[in-house]
Amino acid sequence: MSILVKNIIRAIVFLFVQVFVLDKIHLHQMVTPSLYFLFILWLPFKMQRAWLMVIAFIYGFILDSFWHNPGFHAAACVLIAYIRPFLVNIFIPQEGADANFEEPSIKSMGGLLPYIIFMGILSLFHNAWLFLLEAWQFGNIWYFLVKTILSTAISLLLIIIAELIFVRKQKFRTNTV
Amino acid sequence: MQNIFLFIRRYANLLLFLFLQVLCIYFIVSYSKYHEAAFGNTANKFTGRINNRFNRVEYYFQLKKTNDSLVKANEVLYNKLRSNYNIADSVDKIVIDTMRIDSILQYRKFNYLNAKVVANSTAAQSNFIVITGSNVHTFKKGMGIVGVKNDVVGIITEVNGDYAVVMSLLHKDSKISGRLLKGGETGTLSWNGEKPNILTLNNIAQSTKVAKGDSVVTSGFSATFPRGILIGRITDTKKETTNNNYKITLRSAADFFSLEYVYAIQSADAEPVKNILEKAKASVN
Repeated sequence: MSILVKNIIRAIVFLFVQVFVLDKIHLHQMVTPSLYFLFILWLPFKMQRAWLMVIAFIYGFILDSFWHNPGFHAAACVLIAYIRPFLVNIFIPQEGADANFEEPSIKSMGGLLPYIIFMGILSLFHNAWLFLLEAWQFGNIWYFLVKTILSTAISLLLIIIAELIFVRKQKFRTNTV
Repeated sequence: MQNIFLFIRRYANLLLFLFLQVLCIYFIVSYSKYHEAAFGNTANKFTGRINNRFNRVEYYFQLKKTNDSLVKANEVLYNKLRSNYNIADSVDKIVIDTMRIDSILQYRKFNYLNAKVVANSTAAQSNFIVITGSNVHTFKKGMGIVGVKNDVVGIITEVNGDYAVVMSLLHKDSKISGRLLKGGETGTLSWNGEKPNILTLNNIAQSTKVAKGDSVVTSGFSATFPRGILIGRITDTKKETTNNNYKITLRSAADFFSLEYVYAIQSADAEPVKNILEKAKASVN
């Protein structure tokens, strides 16, 4: 399956799971389970940052149109698309691993721990920016912090479950060929 | 000149990032304009159709709850039937003025039109409900929406073809006036964005008598809702230190988690009231 088709299917599946399953779950007002942004985190390494941001913006905007609140998820998606390349540079284990592998995964990041930290930081940024924009006028800092941390924990749990369900075979590509 | 181009090329990503963020924040700030924009309409139609498909499945899971609430609503209505009441004095006789029968439509102020909920959210800070049904084409922006048990749900913000978007009471910009059923004092009702189903009522002076469990109803000052529709019941009252008002917390009567059917309230007064208000505003300016 080509990378394009694979990513389009992924985008649709994550979007539908988010809108019709996760957003219907009312765990607690402190916790909003979100998984849809995993699509952006799983995009290929070699994609240019500008394209990454444009795709993230469109993707977030589609999700926003389901709830008639334009801007919120789009802004959060653009933020994580912007900072993803910095983190990839920090967490990639050895020189050129991002050229040898296609997309971020446990194997390409060199172990479970760096992968979890990578995902954790990005979901923290996503949730924090989303709740900050939403809570613009409430200004309750403790409420905001607890909500962000709890939601990030749930997001991480969902990411690990998604990682277990969708087994992604990562081929080792050498750039010598 | 060359330096400018170099600068743009060097910081292209950062500039694009900032541009997209500003665009998003612009959308957030001016969301009401977005509703009227053509793109908003297409998005609305598209998401409405998908939501409708999924709602058909979800509907079956809610059938029991929906049925229960409809039975309760029927019970209330049956109890209001005139034949249930004894006349106070056997000498009294109910006389219906025949003069009014012909012109009965003139005396009707509000008309209830049913609609089906296809999408509903409670998790965000600004929650909207999407409704559909055969009556939707008669709906107008600003009409009030009540649940099956005749409790306030929200106000229509946009109508588009087969779908209408309702701003739920659980929206940070939602402001409607609420009246204490016992005392009659009115205040402004808003949502603080924390717990769904928990609303706050402001601008009630500390001199009024307020108790836990009191009902808060619509004031009837605007033509959106009839007077006396239940909004919620008071769960907590606090005295504010900065001014002489109470801060009243109430639990909404409508259950926003399981909305399936709602009624839109068509008001005969809506048009004349709006016209005269506009006239008054124009004359002041």
